[in-house]
Amino acid sequence: MADIKESPPLFDTNETKVDDLDDDDEDIFASAVQDQNQLEDSSPYNGVSTIPTELPKLTLRDAPEENSFSSVSSPAPGPLSSPLGPMSTDIGDLHDVPINDNTDVLSSNVMQTQSPDVVSTDSSDVFLKITVTSPQKIGDGMGAYVAYKVETKTNMPIFRKRNFSVIRRFSDFLGLHDKLTDKYLRNGRIIPPAPEKSVIGTTKIKMSGDKNQEQNSSSTEFIEKRRAALERYLNRTAAHPVLSVDPDFREFLEADMELPKATNTSALSGKGVMRLFNKVGETVNKITYKMDETDKWFEEKTSQIDSLDVQLRALHSAVDTLTNQRRELATCTGATARSIAVLGHGEPGASLGRALAQLAETLEKVEVIRRAQSNSDLYQFGEMLRDYVALIGAIKDVFHERVKVFQNWQHAQMMLNKKREQKARLEQSGRIDKTSQAATEVIEWEAKVDRGQEEFDNISKMIKKEVERFELVRVEDFKKQLTEYLESMLQYQNQLIKYWESFLPEARAVA
Amino acid sequence: MFQDGICDTADILNNVPPKKTIHTDNVDLSDKSLQVDISDALSEKDKVKFTVHTTTTLPEFQKPDNLVVRQHEEFVWLHDRFEENEEYAGYIIPPCPPRPDFDASREKLQKLGEGEGNMTREEFNKMKQELEAEYLATFKKTVAMHEMFLTRLAHHPVFRNDHNLRVFLEYDQDLCVRGKNKMEMFGGLVKSFSTTTDEYYLSATVKDVNDFFDQEMSFLQTYHHNLKEATARSDRQTAKHKDVADSYIKISTNLLQLATTDTGKLERFLTKIAEMFEKLRKVEGRVASDEDLKLSDTLRYYMRDTAAAKRLLFRRLKALHAYESANRALEKARAKNKDVHAAVEVAEAEQAQTEACEKFEQMSEKGKEELTDFKTRRVTAFRKNLIELTELEIKHAKAHAELLKKCLTVLREE
Repeated sequence: MADIKESPPLFDTNETKVDDLDDDDEDIFASAVQDQNQLEDSSPYNGVSTIPTELPKLTLRDAPEENSFSSVSSPAPGPLSSPLGPMSTDIGDLHDVPINDNTDVLSSNVMQTQSPDVVSTDSSDVFLKITVTSPQKIGDGMGAYVAYKVETKTNMPIFRKRNFSVIRRFSDFLGLHDKLTDKYLRNGRIIPPAPEKSVIGTTKIKMSGDKNQEQNSSSTEFIEKRRAALERYLNRTAAHPVLSVDPDFREFLEADMELPKATNTSALSGKGVMRLFNKVGETVNKITYKMDETDKWFEEKTSQIDSLDVQLRALHSAVDTLTNQRRELATCTGATARSIAVLGHGEPGASLGRALAQLAETLEKVEVIRRAQSNSDLYQFGEMLRDYVALIGAIKDVFHERVKVFQNWQHAQMMLNKKREQKARLEQSGRIDKTSQAATEVIEWEAKVDRGQEEFDNISKMIKKEVERFELVRVEDFKKQLTEYLESMLQYQNQLIKYWESFLPEARAVA
Repeated sequence: MFQDGICDTADILNNVPPKKTIHTDNVDLSDKSLQVDISDALSEKDKVKFTVHTTTTLPEFQKPDNLVVRQHEEFVWLHDRFEENEEYAGYIIPPCPPRPDFDASREKLQKLGEGEGNMTREEFNKMKQELEAEYLATFKKTVAMHEMFLTRLAHHPVFRNDHNLRVFLEYDQDLCVRGKNKMEMFGGLVKSFSTTTDEYYLSATVKDVNDFFDQEMSFLQTYHHNLKEATARSDRQTAKHKDVADSYIKISTNLLQLATTDTGKLERFLTKIAEMFEKLRKVEGRVASDEDLKLSDTLRYYMRDTAAAKRLLFRRLKALHAYESANRALEKARAKNKDVHAAVEVAEAEQAQTEACEKFEQMSEKGKEELTDFKTRRVTAFRKNLIELTELEIKHAKAHAELLKKCLTVLREE
């Protein structure tokens, strides 16, 4: 924590320079948005450079919204700082600086300010709470899909209203994740992963007619699980200081219209196939390319993250087993309850018959509790672990991204050496006509090497920051979730005590 | 591995005196003139040797205190002698104890041995301990069931004077009841098959004149069926509960491992939770075994007892059938010897009829008593076990809640 707090000045200077060089960095905006401290101590440059880069994009996409968004994004620093008005007005008139959002992200190698990524997990009284509710099946047959209502409650001024809701379908969520990944992965951000696609689950929904109750129950379970996962996904994104104010994320939450269909999320589309290719290529790359790690921190973190991955997976599978066992136990308890009821019904001794009927009722209640326990096992414990396994995947992605940046840099270095040699050779042979061209090339590659190195340094820095934040969030999250889990377990036991205690007089009444 | 495990458990068993408390509640123990218990039991490869201990003040017995070693087959033999005895036809014969069956435990142990590679040493040991405890519990239950059988006989006003029982209790050598060979097994199968057809035939052809027995019969039929169903369900439930408890083991170890990797702020937190899971596991295990003992076993025992009562009713039906045939024979004889004064045939038939009648009447009377007695016995036993079950459930749930509370307090302090 300490060193992070101290870091801003350092970055400020760094950034100022960067800004001078290159003012079309979209990320700068996003990152600068929240931290008031940052705005307070940062140089005017910094403030200026953090201008809403994404504005044009929004206007393109959603003209009527322009005003609202621009007004929202101009006081961008506001949400978290709120009282700090003057700063935002300063920025206000600058927000129409034309900046092309489609700038190749790769080329915008400038690192954004890091100070806004407040590492602490709760930023006082600012909140952004999202619930996903009322899943609804829309359409029939293969075209059918489930739409969810995404409700947002917030006090962040960056949003137009305090409460609002939109209808979104699963592929929209995936599309959002893709957009965020495209934008931020390159910078070393850990993007909370969206829930996985499930062919079986989706097919079940498509197949399930409304009449078929049997099938519906399993698809209902699937939908509920997914709904909860989507909700957690959005809230994880919302908890991220930068991602939470990303225009695409806000559009997702706010824009009361259908989002353009995210085609590339479908597994069978052309883009999907391309993605698959890329993925395969990356995997090969991951396996074959070993970079010499010079940074001790990364060396340690990588192995730490790897072992955490293994442990979490093992624990997740153990909790999964428990969930299933407990669910089966609940079913068995229900079956026992029913046969005890039958037994009580056929019992000639009136008082014993009554007691058995009561026992059956008690067991039915116990069944309900055991089912609830099983749900707690799943939603309060197991799913959290599943999320973290996925999050660790995101961390690995970002680590890999760094390796790729490193590769680029090394490649540039190699090219530079080659060009230099070439130039030297040409000079030696006295071919003056070509030396000048060679000299430009050398300069070009020198710049590329510099950029590569800078990019590498930046991504490394950002990853450290992000991982640090991740760790803090994780510790907090684990504590909170597990405590809640235990609390509900305690409640279940208390209920059990109550149920059995009310049965006791019935058992005693048998004569 | 597998063999080792079995031997280990057998060793444990030898040193532990079997539990004696189960089911004794079914018998009035105030009379101390003949007392039987099983003072020791030894599990050998595929048989169990029970040491039967008798103390008595009855003059018929040679010694007031005696020890014999008996095997399960000898118990079966004794039970069959009672079933066969015409004199006891009007009584509910205490159900024969179930055959010692440790196959389930052994199978599990073998499975565990096969899956050894998938778990840590500690997990494996814990699982093994659990299995051993389970095996021990099954063993104790088997012993208790055998003891129960003898206790009921010894306290029965009529059965206690039985010659075969005395032989069983006193004869200091093997009773030479071998295990059934294949031929006899087959014979037994045919026999049991013919008994069931007999039962069907009798219940279909003989119309009971007595409403009480008629009702009892149909009641016992459905009741037995219900009990059987409930026992099976309850058994499945306890088995699953055991699985739930066992799955805590893996969670606990995995949490511990996570805690060791996670040397940061979560280490202590996770360790605490892992410890709690380990404790909760024991509580859950106790819940499972107590539900088994108090609910499943009560159901099971009365399932067997109901079957025994059913047997009594069929014996009575058979006697009724005999009585009716005697009646018919008498009528036939009378018709045939209409003109003969004081024909021998008629006199014989009359006598046979009177005997059959007497026997049937006696049986009905005794049977009625027995069945009423059975009902009171059953209600008392159910009451006792239900109360105990509930008290244990409450106790365990409280312990469970207490553990969670304590853990939560510690975690909040972190």
